[in-house]
Amino acid sequence: MADRATREALGATLIELVDEGRDDIVVLDADLAKATTTVKFKAAHPERFFDFGIAEQNMIATAAGLAAGGKTPFASSFAVFATGRAYDQVRNSVCYPNLGVKIAATHAGVTVGPDGGSHQMVEDIALMRVLPNMQVLVPADFTSACAAIRLASTTPGPFYVRLGRPAVPALYDAGFEFATGRAYVLREGSDVTLAACGMMVSRALQAAELLAAEGISAEVIDVMSLKPLDDATILSSARKTGAAVTCEEHSVIGGLGSAIASLLALESPTPMEIVGVRDVFGTSGEADELLTYFGLTGQEIADAARRTIARAS
Amino acid sequence: MTQPDLARLAHLSQAMRRDIVEMVSTAGSGHPGGSLSAVEIVATLYGSVMRHDPSDPKMAGRDRFVLSKGHAAPVLYAALAETGYFPREEVLTLRKLGSRLQGHPDMRKLPGVEVSTGSLGQGLALANGLALALRLDGADEPTVFCLMGDGELQEGSVWEAAMASAHYGLDNLVAIVDLNGLQIDGPTCEVMDLGNVPEKFAAFGWTVMTCDGHAVAELHDALTRAKAHVGGPIVIVARTMKGRGVSFMENLCDWHGKAPNADECARALAELAE
Repeated sequence: MADRATREALGATLIELVDEGRDDIVVLDADLAKATTTVKFKAAHPERFFDFGIAEQNMIATAAGLAAGGKTPFASSFAVFATGRAYDQVRNSVCYPNLGVKIAATHAGVTVGPDGGSHQMVEDIALMRVLPNMQVLVPADFTSACAAIRLASTTPGPFYVRLGRPAVPALYDAGFEFATGRAYVLREGSDVTLAACGMMVSRALQAAELLAAEGISAEVIDVMSLKPLDDATILSSARKTGAAVTCEEHSVIGGLGSAIASLLALESPTPMEIVGVRDVFGTSGEADELLTYFGLTGQEIADAARRTIARAS
Repeated sequence: MTQPDLARLAHLSQAMRRDIVEMVSTAGSGHPGGSLSAVEIVATLYGSVMRHDPSDPKMAGRDRFVLSKGHAAPVLYAALAETGYFPREEVLTLRKLGSRLQGHPDMRKLPGVEVSTGSLGQGLALANGLALALRLDGADEPTVFCLMGDGELQEGSVWEAAMASAHYGLDNLVAIVDLNGLQIDGPTCEVMDLGNVPEKFAAFGWTVMTCDGHAVAELHDALTRAKAHVGGPIVIVARTMKGRGVSFMENLCDWHGKAPNADECARALAELAE
């Protein structure tokens, strides 16, 4: 299957849902509909699409009102604005009253590229994960992104679905059955657990290949649901391998690494490393260059795995 | 409105004032000033203008009320108690652990609270969302009423929402501004001057009415006409007095967020006797 961006799943899946009879779904954007792909939804169902102009706070609070009025609103913008600019609205108008607003944010992480650090959101998972009632999905490819949007549309309560700008490799076959709160073991192994989310899942698989060439058996888990976390799958893998490396296109503070570190520290202390953006802002560059610059590569993950295994033994 | 109806609203207002004073005093904290300034507005809505059923808070076709100035929760609780949503005694649980009467209105705890509010500047957007949802449902009858404070208008998000109300032509929306001229740090004109509020809303594409926010006949007339208004959103800028009805609280910003002690409560209740 061809590489596709996870953001492309947004407009396409929302159209499908309404065409399937989901007349509760409405879509909101804040002048980024072309980039988020909700413009396609606007073309298909203009009466259920609302643009708020460059006013993300207003978009999120209005989405909360629509949810209180019985609708299932999907609100979309870039991750930096949907979470940071509108944080108080997300907290007080969406999560505090536990309203079913589905925030589907695109252009997350450093792979936004040339727009630079102002637009490269690497703190969003931390911001969303800490909010009571919020559920957080970070899909790894186009197929799982479609599934994430469907899961958000059918599961009560607030959601944050994190989507990316660049095309990423296909990992799942069409028709794969996803469920809420699940992580998926994409490659079984016995020496180290590589737990990844978003576009870093395919990089973790690359790392597993590199390690396999050295005789190291890595298990790769796609942690699509960061909240709720699939404790059982992650603990079972960590107990089996005895070493864990997390991989995310996000700050090393507050994201997947923090979630799994908490889980393992409390339930089954395991040597681990966190591969992510090391408490710095992004910078302009092409997506691939930036992934290398910030150490978000298969090679870096493999290096972290070797160090962790050494500490474990 | 007939004279008996006006007398009934005046009576309801007086009862709500007693509730507010007593509940905030018993709680030992809360916001009496901005609750008292909004009494006649909320009494006229719940006592006359709004279609609602205390025995069926989720009744289809009900009008919706959004208390954007959520810190004035006592005025909403007083209206809900006096119109029969819950027993009057329950107002004395305000702000206590386990109470349905949270410091700011919580839709998940208290039936009759349409949306949770408390962080200022978000109620108008919430009201826009409710109004859009009603329009999508083809529900022509219900009106969404949104009560904002004047200090609250300093939040930029209010004007984002005001732009959207006009852009989407929401004539099932009525905003009311409780223009009492005071906020925590002092007079609004000194803290951050709001300028001409009616003109600001007009410039944002709204139809604007003004009225005396303590005159129930005037309020009833304005709210009834606003509910019937078609062709975009309408706002009633209601001139009010913070702390209205309790002599030693009137027009003093110190009473924005201070509870009367037992002695002050007794004096206030004596002034507010039936």
